[in-house]
Amino acid sequence: MTEDIISLIRENVIQGRVTQDDEGLDEGLVGRPGVTELIEKALAKRLDVRDIINKGLTEAMNLVGQKFEQKEYYIPDMLASAEAVGVAMEILGPYLARSGIKPKGKVLLATVKGDLHDIGKNIVMILLRGAGYTVKDLGNDMEPQSIVNAVREENPQFLGLSALLTSTMVNMRDTIQALEESGLRDKVKVVIGGAPVSEEYAKSIGADGYGSDGFQALAVIESLTST
Amino acid sequence: MPREGILVPNPYERITDEQIRQIHRASLQILLDPGLICFSKKAAEIFHSNGAEVTTTSSGDNPCWNIKIPEKLVIEALDSAPKTVKLGARNPDNALIMKGDEPRVYFISGSETNIWLDVDFPAYVKKSDRSIEIKVPEFHPRRATVADLCQSAHVCEHLETLDGYIRTVNIQDADITEDNKDVNKFFASLNNTTKHFMSGLTKLEQLDNVVRMAELIAGGKEALQENPIISFITCLVKSPLQFVEDTTDAFIEICRRGLPTAVSSSPQAGTTAPIKEAGIMAQINAEVLAGITLGQLVNKGTPLLYGSVPVMARMDTLGDSYGAVETSQYNIDCVQMARFYKIPNYSTSGVCDTKIPGQQSSIERLFSDIVVTLSGPQFLHCAYGLLDCNAVFCLLQAVLDDAHFQMLKFFLKTPRINQQELAETMKQIREVVETPQKLYIRYIRQVMRSGEISAPYPFEGDGESDSVFALAYQRMNELLAKPVEHIDPDTTAKIFQEIPGLLPRLNVYKEGK
Repeated sequence: MTEDIISLIRENVIQGRVTQDDEGLDEGLVGRPGVTELIEKALAKRLDVRDIINKGLTEAMNLVGQKFEQKEYYIPDMLASAEAVGVAMEILGPYLARSGIKPKGKVLLATVKGDLHDIGKNIVMILLRGAGYTVKDLGNDMEPQSIVNAVREENPQFLGLSALLTSTMVNMRDTIQALEESGLRDKVKVVIGGAPVSEEYAKSIGADGYGSDGFQALAVIESLTST
Repeated sequence: MPREGILVPNPYERITDEQIRQIHRASLQILLDPGLICFSKKAAEIFHSNGAEVTTTSSGDNPCWNIKIPEKLVIEALDSAPKTVKLGARNPDNALIMKGDEPRVYFISGSETNIWLDVDFPAYVKKSDRSIEIKVPEFHPRRATVADLCQSAHVCEHLETLDGYIRTVNIQDADITEDNKDVNKFFASLNNTTKHFMSGLTKLEQLDNVVRMAELIAGGKEALQENPIISFITCLVKSPLQFVEDTTDAFIEICRRGLPTAVSSSPQAGTTAPIKEAGIMAQINAEVLAGITLGQLVNKGTPLLYGSVPVMARMDTLGDSYGAVETSQYNIDCVQMARFYKIPNYSTSGVCDTKIPGQQSSIERLFSDIVVTLSGPQFLHCAYGLLDCNAVFCLLQAVLDDAHFQMLKFFLKTPRINQQELAETMKQIREVVETPQKLYIRYIRQVMRSGEISAPYPFEGDGESDSVFALAYQRMNELLAKPVEHIDPDTTAKIFQEIPGLLPRLNVYKEGK
């Protein structure tokens, strides 16, 4: 039974199915339990949370990664699977501490002041959640002071800032300066991303990292996590 | 099942119904006054015996005839000319069914260039930094050979969007003569493609050999009529308004054998036709109608295509300008005239003025490919690989053109909007706005795999490098490495036994090959 549910979780992560209403990739899946229903079932059956995460979610994402490398899967497939894992981790959240599992890290995400574009930020959110991070989305058009307040309250390890416009990217610098002025800069690693910014720009404004796309943003945060 | 081609949902029309009727009436008047000069005695006799006014005249030492074609003959010919023409193929799945009133477009190669353009990629080192080396394509023109014709048929066989094959090059090997050119160009092409094959005829005396070869391949005389794997292109009327002797005589004999033929005319606005659109249109239409009338008088019901290759003159050289915008306008006008008569149209696009592949080539050819395709001709020729106004063929360019046509074919897909689609996507919209990320990405996946999403440009390079030519060259070589289905050994043996003049090196089953 344990193996059955775990393998179903694995299969449904690979299919990128969050709920029973999702179509997934193969035909005829609509109506069958998705990751949400299966995680709830696994918890009801008191399956080991470590097994759910390691044998179900992580193993599935490894297989998804292999399929991506073999060009069988594309970015939308990776994101769908990551989204399913993210939802699963959200449900499992309250059980992690009880099972002795240390959370991977907390990330706050925001699109900076003056900018309403959030596609990139939302893709990063899906990927981070899928990789096991706790993510809080602060939203768009965020004043530097509002971001500072959120950092103070949430105490995250990472802050991700996004901007699409050359006219709004300057507000990333203002946000970092506001963090410095409030004495919080050393407590959080800042990673920036968005079409107009670059590695060079990230350095110039004192950011800790730069992600040219969602996958690189995840890789940068993973590498900063391990340092 | 024949090839699908691409059905243009709402064909683009440049000229109004009234303008079409005006051109039609003007053409009928031209056929009566001044009529046509005819250098073919056979054609003059056919017109005379069917009631046309024929008077003997002369041009230098050559006898010729002035022919005034009455409206009645033209209207009867337009009635009897088939409104649906089938172009068969060695592989019956590659047959083309063309209906004169249906804007279903088939993309075909063309034409017959003397020059073949080779390409290679020599390396260049940057003077100021010798560690930087780039490869730049270089193009080398040379006289085309029968091996080139085989190679182009081979690649065209594998080009996804190409529906039929017109011989691309004029074969000029040392052992090719006027007497053996026809049989070798037909065999080289037919042996390397299972798609429909169209060609001109170099020498009338070779017609029976060519037809016999096609009969052997198709499975007999009746089988060839049922599945005409070959067809002919004939420019029997030289502009302005002159039936030329040799091509007209060949046309008459082809029509007697009932094989599909494109009646083509290629006036040049400004030199061999009036510079004004009304004038070139009235004249080219008269020239094509004259050819169709002759064909139907020879053999009522013989399948013909309304062939149009009108072109604008370059003002700097008075040569052809296929890249001129007017050339596309004239071609679209002709598509509409053919549709008015419900006779399938053989039209022209994709030829450029520039001599090598590059930006000018892409701009000129893509412009005419798009606009002429949107008008809905049934048989769109010249579209693959041609450069320098029909003088040069480049296989690399043909591969690049295939990518253009993939875009065009995708663009012309039927719009996918209906109640079911709307209901499904409205459900998605409601679901997605409830999620924190508000993204539809998960719904891409099945659609992407169903072929509903266009493929990215296949020759896109990495980063800021332009690798179009290098990637297309790689693709060309991949296609050349793919096998083609040759004519079977028994039929090949019969062809080499019965048909004189074939080059032994074209026999792929010959010992040692």
